[in-house]
Amino acid sequence: MKNLWFHLMPYKALPDDFREAHPSVWVDIDASLLDAERVHVHYNDYLDELEYAGEVGFDGVCCNEHHQNGYGLMPSPNLIAATLTRRTSAPAICVMGNSLALYNPPTRVAEEFAMLDCMSGGRLIAGFPVGTPMDTIFAYGQNPSKLRERYYEAHDLVMKAWQEPKTFSFDGRFNQLRYVNVWPRPVQQPHPPVWIPGGGSVETWRWCAEQDYVYSYLSYFGYKAGEATMKGFWNEMDRLGKDRNPYRAGFLQFVAVGETEQEALDLYKAPAEYFYGRCLHVNPKWASPPGYQSEATLRARVQSQVALAAQRSAAAAGGGRGGMGAARDWKDILDLGYVIAGDPDQVAERIREVCVNLNVGHLMLLCQFGNMDTELAKYNTRLYAERVLPQIRDLFDDEWQDDWWPKPLAERAAPREAVAAKAA
Amino acid sequence: MASERSIEVGGHPVRVLEAGESASAPPAVFFAGIGGLPGWVPFLDHLAETRRVVVPSLPGFPGAADFRHLDALLDWIVHAVETIEALDAKPVDLVGSSVGGALAAEVAAIAGPLVRRLVLIAPFGCFDAKDPAADIWAQVPGPDSIPNLVCADPENWKRAWQVPEGEDPIERQVMHARAMEAAARLLFPFGDTGVLSRLHRVRHPTLLLRGEQDKVLPASYNARFAEALAGPVRSAEITNAGHLPELDAPEELARQINAFLADQEAP
Repeated sequence: MKNLWFHLMPYKALPDDFREAHPSVWVDIDASLLDAERVHVHYNDYLDELEYAGEVGFDGVCCNEHHQNGYGLMPSPNLIAATLTRRTSAPAICVMGNSLALYNPPTRVAEEFAMLDCMSGGRLIAGFPVGTPMDTIFAYGQNPSKLRERYYEAHDLVMKAWQEPKTFSFDGRFNQLRYVNVWPRPVQQPHPPVWIPGGGSVETWRWCAEQDYVYSYLSYFGYKAGEATMKGFWNEMDRLGKDRNPYRAGFLQFVAVGETEQEALDLYKAPAEYFYGRCLHVNPKWASPPGYQSEATLRARVQSQVALAAQRSAAAAGGGRGGMGAARDWKDILDLGYVIAGDPDQVAERIREVCVNLNVGHLMLLCQFGNMDTELAKYNTRLYAERVLPQIRDLFDDEWQDDWWPKPLAERAAPREAVAAKAA
Repeated sequence: MASERSIEVGGHPVRVLEAGESASAPPAVFFAGIGGLPGWVPFLDHLAETRRVVVPSLPGFPGAADFRHLDALLDWIVHAVETIEALDAKPVDLVGSSVGGALAAEVAAIAGPLVRRLVLIAPFGCFDAKDPAADIWAQVPGPDSIPNLVCADPENWKRAWQVPEGEDPIERQVMHARAMEAAARLLFPFGDTGVLSRLHRVRHPTLLLRGEQDKVLPASYNARFAEALAGPVRSAEITNAGHLPELDAPEELARQINAFLADQEAP
């Protein structure tokens, strides 16, 4: 299996009373909370952490795109990925990804991803998310009723731009380009592996199966909440006659590794509570503009909400905790499986269980979360790489081949003063 | 009792509800406000007391599910014009509320001869950053948000949207969400269609109304319409009504419209 190290790049100085005093971490987050000098240090630390993850043996490093967001300081993931092409030499660079409908023209994505693939010598994984409503509809002003149509059209344009040998014209519904001929083209032919981060929509599963792309379920709520979604995904793959190759899937999981279980519980409590308490404080008014979800997804969601409400009231009647509402304190965060915490053996055992149970070959790990300082992030990363990874790395490889992994050039050019050389 | 039939506009089915009789006066055609009308409502009965009332569904609103073929504003305007053209009697007295008001104003501007008199009730179509409209597409999910926003008394909205026996309540929610999406497709993000620059073409006698308690569009927007319209304009506010007076104050709204149309008919 593949272990990828994922960074969200959170702003680490949201105040203690953030939930009470501020309406949202996203879209209209109070700009007076931002200290650019602190962000300068954040970026330096965060790039160090990503580079470090590559050095200690993670298979890939991931960045993603968010806008006007207090837990994601990466409006341009391609800038981050560009620095990683220079300062890492081995890991896959997984840009998770570019929200296609936000680029005008979308050939910009074909160009920049091709640049990253050339710069890295073929290490790029091309992620194409639709993007959240906060990013796409409210921060970037896309029409919610046209977002998906634009997304699919932009996808077709980018894929054709990478593969069509001759200059062509693209006469789309939303994009008209007389001369498409991107330079450079990707190193990986016919194109870099494509991964689709998505929620639990049946249309996305079908589309991934049709196109033969990796479906990645990126949720902050861990393996317990993700189980139903991944089961739905695999049932749909069965229905479509696709094999159960675990490398068709990706999954995001927070981890917290200590020398002992107690150490893990002590060390990671504060950053986890910071993340789930402050970083996920999103005003619900941004969550569901009409049209963002397809009618089929909406119908399914309304049905499941009706079921959930029934469960909740049953749980409330019994005095228990209903549904999977976002927990904010450490005990609930652990109980609900948002974060897997423990000593290296405990974490390895749990990760193995999760990957087998969810049948996921690409695991994306958040080792830095919330306001975790850079030393602790690197400690978590090192313990995972040295003590967890060796116990799970071989999972699936006796049975399945990863056809969705980058195929870098065997001989790659190196920067003048490579980091690895300097460290040695 | 209203009758229901289906017409085709641009190859897409459109529900038409009708009631009342007109002697010599043209029929009143109603373009519904945001969310549309799941069925016949008391406002239409009151309006039909003096004339024939014809209610074709706008694209995406209840009764006309297809709307995703419409991309540019021009597509919507052509669809609205062709809807009027597909009706039997023309010209018509065109009454448009909210989203329907935006399209009614466009029809009058682009296809003036199809319209005799124009009634606009809190029409969308312009935006002023200094006096912004509510962001109807950024609402906290829940059964009360939209009713509270568009009606002075949310119970009025809930009555119109009550699920009839035998109908799936989930499909009702999908129907409303589709109508909200259709409005977004036409009007996102500001509701500004640029119609003000076309209103100099509207020389029709126009009644310009709004609910006094409209929480969606500020009063200044009607004032901008009044200033830009080229014909004689009568403006008024409906008391005890929000953005959709057709749901909040059906009788009073119909009374004002009927009075305006009757005045225009007087020798």
